[in-house]
Amino acid sequence: MEQRLAIFNASGGGGLPQRPRTTTRTHARLKVSWRFKMAAAQAVEEMRGRVVLGEFGVRNVHTTDFPGNYAGYDDAWDQDRFEKNFRVDVVHMDENSLEFDMVGIDAAIANAFRRILLAEVPTMAVEKVLVYNNTSIVQDEILAHRLGLIPIHADPRLFEYRNQGDEEGTEIDTLQFRLQVRCTRNPQAAKDSSDPNELYVNHKVYTRHMTWVPLGNQADVFPEGTIRPVHDDILIAQLRPGQEIDLLMHCVKGIGKDHAKFSPVATASYRLLPDITLLEPVEGEAAEELSQCFSPGVIEVQEVQGKKVARVANPRLDTFSREIFRNEKLKKVVRLARVRDHYIFSVESTGVLPPDVLVSEAIKVLMGKCRRFLDELDAVQMD
Amino acid sequence: MIISTNPATAEDLERFAIWGRASVPPAPPEDPGNRPSDGRGPGAGETSMTEGERKTALEMVQAAGTDRHCVTFVLHEEDHTLGNSLRYMIMKNPEVEFCGYTTTHPSESKINLRIQTRGALPAVEPFQRGLNELMNVCQHVLDKFEASIKDYKDQKASRNGSTF
Repeated sequence: MEQRLAIFNASGGGGLPQRPRTTTRTHARLKVSWRFKMAAAQAVEEMRGRVVLGEFGVRNVHTTDFPGNYAGYDDAWDQDRFEKNFRVDVVHMDENSLEFDMVGIDAAIANAFRRILLAEVPTMAVEKVLVYNNTSIVQDEILAHRLGLIPIHADPRLFEYRNQGDEEGTEIDTLQFRLQVRCTRNPQAAKDSSDPNELYVNHKVYTRHMTWVPLGNQADVFPEGTIRPVHDDILIAQLRPGQEIDLLMHCVKGIGKDHAKFSPVATASYRLLPDITLLEPVEGEAAEELSQCFSPGVIEVQEVQGKKVARVANPRLDTFSREIFRNEKLKKVVRLARVRDHYIFSVESTGVLPPDVLVSEAIKVLMGKCRRFLDELDAVQMD
Repeated sequence: MIISTNPATAEDLERFAIWGRASVPPAPPEDPGNRPSDGRGPGAGETSMTEGERKTALEMVQAAGTDRHCVTFVLHEEDHTLGNSLRYMIMKNPEVEFCGYTTTHPSESKINLRIQTRGALPAVEPFQRGLNELMNVCQHVLDKFEASIKDYKDQKASRNGSTF
C-alpha cells in the first residue's frame, strides 16, 4: 500500500505540474519532459477517477485514493471537501420508481445504501396464516406462501417489531386480514356455455377479497381503506363450485434479510456513469459505423465542412454492449471507461412506500447502525 | 451468553466482551496493559448470567503482548453493508496503517474488523472516528437528497401548474 508514484517533484501539491519558465536552449529538452509529465499526470487522474473497460478485462476497479498511495495528493478524509464535491440530482420520479444521480461518493457507501434498500428497510407482510377452511386445490402451504408475498399498503414506521416468542400479537405490531371466498355455480348461465366467467361465481380469488380486521384502536388510527394490499388484482387462487377458502392472516414487520417478502423494493440498483472518449477524430463511413456500435443517441454524426464527423453526444445512455471491440479498425480509437464516483441509482418500489421515502429510510438505517456501535463504545468507555 | 474460547487460541487471546444491553451491568476487565497476560483467556470477560436476553454486539480481541494499537473488533449481526463502508472511512484516516474486514463464515452473521495504527494511537480511536465520520456522511447525503427531491417536486408542480 505504500507504493509511491514519484512522478511529481517536491514543488507539487496535487494536480497538474506547471509549465516551467525556461531559456530557448533548454526549451526543447524541457518541453519533452513537460509533455511526459502531463501524460503521466493524466494517467494518474485516470487511475484515480475512471474504471477502464479494456477488450479483455476491466482495469482500475478498486478504490485506491487512500492517504499515502499517491504522492502529491492529500487523500485524508475531509468532510468539507466531500461536501463541496457531493451532489444529488433527481432525474426522474413517479409514484413507484425513482432515478437519481449521486456524485462524489465512494462505491463502499453507495453499495451500502443499495444493500440496505434491498434487505434492511422494514415493511409489513403476512407472516402467519390461520386456515379455517381450505377446500381449494391449492395446498395450504402454497397458499400461505403466496399470501406472504403480497405487498401490504401499511406504513411500517407506524408499527413495531413483534417481540420474540409472542404468538398472539398486539395492535402495535400486527395487522389482521380476513379472506373468505366460496365458489358457487351460476344459475343464470346459458346451458351450453363453457366460459368459466359465466358458469361460476367467485371462481377467481383476488386480493380485493381480502378484508382488513382492525385490532384494538387501529380503526381509530388508520382511516378506512388505507390498510389494504397495494394491488387489488393479484390472483391468489382459483376455485370451482363447492370449494371454499376461509382464513385469517397476521401481518408483522420484518426486513428483507429475514425473508424476501419483506423487501420494500421491486429492485434497487445502480450503475456508474459511462465515459466514452474518442482517441482520434473519426470521419466519414467510420463515423456511421461507430454510431452503430453504441446504443442509439450516444454517438452523434455531424456534417462539418462536408465531412461526417462523429462526436460523443450523450454517453449516459450507453449500456456498454462492447460491440466496438468486435470492430478491428475502431476498437483502437475508443476508450471505454466509467466515472468512478458518479452513481446512477434506480429504485423501484413495490408500492408500500414512495421510492424517495425508501431511500431516506435506507440512509437512516445506516446511521442507526453507526449509532448503535458508537453507543456500545460509549457504554464500555464509561466504565 | 457464555463466550466460549477455542482452546487452540486461548493462549494467544484475551477476549474482552462488551455487552449489548446497557441495563445489564457489564464487568469488563481493567486496562489490560496493567494486567500481565497469563496466557489464558477469557479471564474477567464473562459476567454471571442474569435472566433475560443479552446479545453481544461488539467485541474487541487483542493478541497478548501487543499494546492497544492493533485490535480486531468483532461486530455481531453485521455484514458487508457496514463492514465495507466503515473500512473505507477508517482507511481514509492517515494514522491508520492497516484496516481490513472479513466475514468469518457465511452462516455466521458477524465480521472481524482489524485496525492497526502507526505509532501508539489506540485502535479504538480510529474506529470511533470512522463511525462518526460515516454518520456525518450519511447525514449530509440525507440532507442533500431530501433537498434535491423537494426541488424536483417543486419544479414538477410548477410545470404542471403552468400548463393549466
